[in-house]
Amino acid sequence: MPHSRKLLVPFVAVALVLGVYWLAHRSARSSPGTGRGAAAPDFSLPQLNGEPLTLSAFRGKVVLLDFWATWCAPCREETPHLVDLQNKYGSRGLQIIGVSMDDGPEPVRDFYRDLKMNYPVVMGNAKTGELYGGVLGLPIAFLIGKDGRIHSKHIGETNIAIFEKEVVELLGE
Amino acid sequence: MKRRNVALSLGIIALLSASAVAYQASLIPASRLIQAEELAKILQSPKAEKPLMLQVGSHVLFTQAHIPGSEYVGAGSSESGLQQLRKRVEGLPRNKFLVLYCGCCPWIRCPNVEPADRALQAMGFSRVKVLYIPGNFGHDWLDKGYPVAKGD
Repeated sequence: MPHSRKLLVPFVAVALVLGVYWLAHRSARSSPGTGRGAAAPDFSLPQLNGEPLTLSAFRGKVVLLDFWATWCAPCREETPHLVDLQNKYGSRGLQIIGVSMDDGPEPVRDFYRDLKMNYPVVMGNAKTGELYGGVLGLPIAFLIGKDGRIHSKHIGETNIAIFEKEVVELLGE
Repeated sequence: MKRRNVALSLGIIALLSASAVAYQASLIPASRLIQAEELAKILQSPKAEKPLMLQVGSHVLFTQAHIPGSEYVGAGSSESGLQQLRKRVEGLPRNKFLVLYCGCCPWIRCPNVEPADRALQAMGFSRVKVLYIPGNFGHDWLDKGYPVAKGD
């Protein structure tokens, strides 16, 4: 083997390993874009009654998209505040949508009934999580403007006053 | 008056119970925790003994990203998850190196790792480590550049 080719082999091997690592890492976290101003990735997912819900059908409303699960303590604590927020601003154009990351709908149905939730909840999946940049910890919420663009992303438990301030801003009040 | 005292006592009991659940991961002794950096080093080292890594949180989160080579065994907060965990390890030697992890929520709010750790302790496993994930798996593992895999 010529000397130059001998030198090339380890470089190609390292490049291949790095490429494979980058692809794996990228696919686990990347998404078409979930930063401020990006169009909120559309989805159609089953609600608890089995009826599909399509995010883009809510264009023209301010949407608070809340990724949560019944086993997530901070999510459970946030829910009554979200119910209040929907009550207060629903008629003015706010639509909260819960995306449950539970493994099945049974506990979600019980929780929905017990907490008298007043906004639709869909059953999310890994694909939905990836669309939104990887939902690898809960809760995560996105505030989406009337134009369907992402306004903000909130990771972890968020004070309801922060949500309310942004909702009011997005409603143009 | 008597009724008010009973109501007050019940309220306090409920509050204490809620606190106990909320902070149960904090009950795991520091000696049984393993940091992400340490685990990553073990996984990278060709000579190091590799643990059996079990994710005891959410399957939906596991499918999005998990530690390569780890297995999903059900949520530690549910009885069915604990049963799956016991079934997975029942035939293993009690000195098998095991690592449990979740990362669904901030550490002090994680409902899964402590019951899973307790179940393994009760079965007599002597080399159990719990991966300390202070925030969540995305922030404390994936975003730090440690290896991940996708799918089941």
